[in-house]
Amino acid sequence: MLRSVFLIPLLPLAGFVILLLSGRKLGKERAGWLGTLMVAASFVVTVVVFVGLFRLPTGARSYTQTWFTWISAGHLHVDMGLLVDPLSMTMAAFVTGVSALIHLYSIGYMRHDEDFPKFFVYLNLFVAAMLVLVLADNFLLLFLGWEGVGVCSYFLIGFWFERNSAASAAKKAMIFNRIGDAAFLIALFLIYQRTGSLQYHTVFAHLASIGSPSLVAIGLLLFAGAVGKSAQIPLYPWLADAMEGPTPVSALIHAATMVTAGVYLMCRINPILFRAPDAAHVVAIVGAATALLGATIACAQNDIKKILAYSTISQLGYMFLAAGIGAYDAAIFLMLTHAFYKALLFLGAGSVIHAMNDDQDIKTMGALARVMPITAVTFFIGWLSIGGVPVLSGFWSKGDVLLNGYGFSPALYVVGALTAVLTAYYLGRAYLLVFRGQQRWVEARKTSDAAGLHPHDPSWVMSLPLIVLGALSALGGLINLPIHPDLDFLDRWLTPVFGSHLLQHHWGVGSEWTFALIDAVLAVIGVGLAVAFWGRTSERPALEPAFLRRAWYIDWAYDRFIAHTSTEVAIETSSVVETKGIDGAVNGFAWLVRATGRRLRTVQTGYVRNYALGLTVGLVLILAYVLTRAS
Amino acid sequence: MTVEASWYLTLAAVLFTIGAIGLLVRRNVLVMFMCVELMLNAANLTFVTFARRLNDIAGQTAVFFVLVVAAAEVVVGLGIIVSIYRRRPGATADDVHGLKG
Repeated sequence: MLRSVFLIPLLPLAGFVILLLSGRKLGKERAGWLGTLMVAASFVVTVVVFVGLFRLPTGARSYTQTWFTWISAGHLHVDMGLLVDPLSMTMAAFVTGVSALIHLYSIGYMRHDEDFPKFFVYLNLFVAAMLVLVLADNFLLLFLGWEGVGVCSYFLIGFWFERNSAASAAKKAMIFNRIGDAAFLIALFLIYQRTGSLQYHTVFAHLASIGSPSLVAIGLLLFAGAVGKSAQIPLYPWLADAMEGPTPVSALIHAATMVTAGVYLMCRINPILFRAPDAAHVVAIVGAATALLGATIACAQNDIKKILAYSTISQLGYMFLAAGIGAYDAAIFLMLTHAFYKALLFLGAGSVIHAMNDDQDIKTMGALARVMPITAVTFFIGWLSIGGVPVLSGFWSKGDVLLNGYGFSPALYVVGALTAVLTAYYLGRAYLLVFRGQQRWVEARKTSDAAGLHPHDPSWVMSLPLIVLGALSALGGLINLPIHPDLDFLDRWLTPVFGSHLLQHHWGVGSEWTFALIDAVLAVIGVGLAVAFWGRTSERPALEPAFLRRAWYIDWAYDRFIAHTSTEVAIETSSVVETKGIDGAVNGFAWLVRATGRRLRTVQTGYVRNYALGLTVGLVLILAYVLTRAS
Repeated sequence: MTVEASWYLTLAAVLFTIGAIGLLVRRNVLVMFMCVELMLNAANLTFVTFARRLNDIAGQTAVFFVLVVAAAEVVVGLGIIVSIYRRRPGATADDVHGLKG
C-alpha cells in the first residue's frame, strides 16, 4: 500500500501533461472533468497510503521511497525521494481532498471562461507541485515544490492578465515571494555547509553538532522563506492583491493549501526550532502580530474577497503562533480546519460574486439569504466555525492554539483572544451585509443593469463542494477532541513526528473546561458585536476608519518608500549612469581608437621606398642592439 | 693559397649594401627587383661561407631553401611587374601607391 505513494504527485502531473497537450481538443467539459478526476484519484491513493501507514505500529510510521538520484555532485547527493510519515500524509490528504472539491467547483465557476482548459492545466500543475512540496524527503525537493506552487500561484493570480490590476498583482506576489525564497536558499546553503546533507533524517541527526548561532540563523532564514510564502509580517501585502485571481484559485491556493506551506515547513523543521528557541520565539511573536493585524484590517474592508484574504493572513498568524511556541499539533489541527472553513467561505463568496455579476462589494449586496439558501447556510456555518462558536471545528482548533498560547505566555494568549473576538466580528459583518438586512443590490445599480440580475444558488457542481466543506467545517473538530484522552486522534497520530519537541504543559481537566468556556464567550461576544452593529444597517463609518480601510497604510508605505524610491533610482540610473557612465565609456573608447587611427594612417604613404626604408632602419636598429649587447 | 673567410663576408656585405641602397634610391621596379635578388644572394653567400668555416651542412641547406623561395618569389614578383607595365608602360615604383592611408 505504501509503495503506491509515487502515484500521489504523478496523477495530477499526468493530468497537467494531458491537458497541456490536448486541453483544447478535449473541450471545456471534458478538460474540467479530467483535471478533477486526476486530483480525486490522487486523493483516493492518498487514503490508501494513509491506511497503509496507519496499520504500521506507531514507532515504525515512516517510509521513504526513493525514485532515483536527482543530483550527485561531489559530496552533494540529493535523491528524488518521497517521505511517508503522519505529518506528510495528513497534509497530502487534506491538500488532495480540498483540491478535488475546488476542482469540481471550478468546472461550474469557470464555465464561461475562454481559457477554461488552461485554468485546469495550471490547477493540476499546482496540485502536483504542492504534493511534491509536502511529500519531499529532503529540503531541495521541498524547495522544488515550493517554487512550483509559487509559479502556479503567479500564473493563476494573473489568469485574467488582460486586466492591468491582475497582471501587477501577479508580479507583486512573485516579488514578495522572491524575497522569502532568497532567505530560504541561504538557509539551504547553511544547512548543507553544516551537515553535508539536505535529507531531513540526516540533517536532524546532525543537529547536535551544529552551534547554536547557526541553528538560530537556519531557523530564522527558513522562517523568512515561510513569511514570504505564508504572507506574514512584513511580506503579507501580496496576499490581499492575489484576490485578483479567479475565486477558486483564492480558495485553493491563497487560503487552503499553498499559503499553509510555510506552516508545514515550520512543523517539519521542529527539531531545529526545538534547539533554537530564540528563532522559535520570533516565529511566535511574528505570528501573533500578524494574526492581530490581519484581523483589524479585515474589520473595515468592503470587498468580500479582501475580507477573506486578510482573514487568511490572520489565521495563518495563529498557525505560526502555535508552531513558534512548540504546539505543532495545534498548528496542524488549525491548518486542517482552516482549510475546510476558509475554502468554504471563499467558494461561498465565489457563488455570491457569480450571482452578483462579478461585483464584490458587500455594501451593494444584502438579503441574499432568501434567494441563495444553500450558499447562505454554508457561509453561515463557515462564519460560526471560523469565529470559534462551539461545537464547530474552529472552536476546537482555535481553542487548542489559545490554550497552548496561555501555557507559553499569557501575553500571546491575550493577543490571540482579542483576534478571536475580531474574527467572529468581521466575518459576522461580512455575512450580515451579504445575506441579511436590506436588499441593496437593485438600488445600488443602474436599473437597466439590475433588471437582468436574478441571484440564485449555483448548479450542483458548485453546490456540492459547498455542502461537503460545510459539513467538514462543522464536524472537522471530531478528529481532535481534547475532552477525552482517547479522542485526540490527530495529536496521537502526529506524535511520531513531533514527539518530545512539543510544548509540554499539562492542564487539569477543570482548567481546560474553563478555557473552553472562555473561548465560547469570546466567540459569542464577537458574534454579538457583529449582530448588534451590522444586523440592521449597512453604514457605520465610525467602525470603518480610513486607516483600517487602507490597511494601516502599510501597503501605501511600501509603495511610497520602497517601490517608488526604487523606481526613482532606476530612472536616475537609466538617465545618468547609463547614458553618461556606461555609454560614455563605450563611446569614449571608440573615439580613442578612431583618433589614434586617424593619426597613424599618415604613416601609410603607399610608396614602396618608404616601407623599404622602414625595414632597413628597423634592421639597423636591431643589429645595433644585438651588437651592443654582444660587446 | 686559401681565401680567407672574411673576404667572402666582406664581399657579401658589399653586395648587400649595394642591393639595399639600390632598393632605396632607384625608382625602376625591375631594378629594385634585381636589388632584392642581390641582397638575397649576399645572404646566401654568408650562409655558404659559415657552412664551410664551421663545417656544418645546415648553412648550405638553408641556401637551398632561400633559392627555392626566391624562385617562387621571382615568379610572383615578375608577374606583378609585367601586369603593372601592361597597364602603365614606363611606370616607376612611386606611381604605384594605391595603398596610401
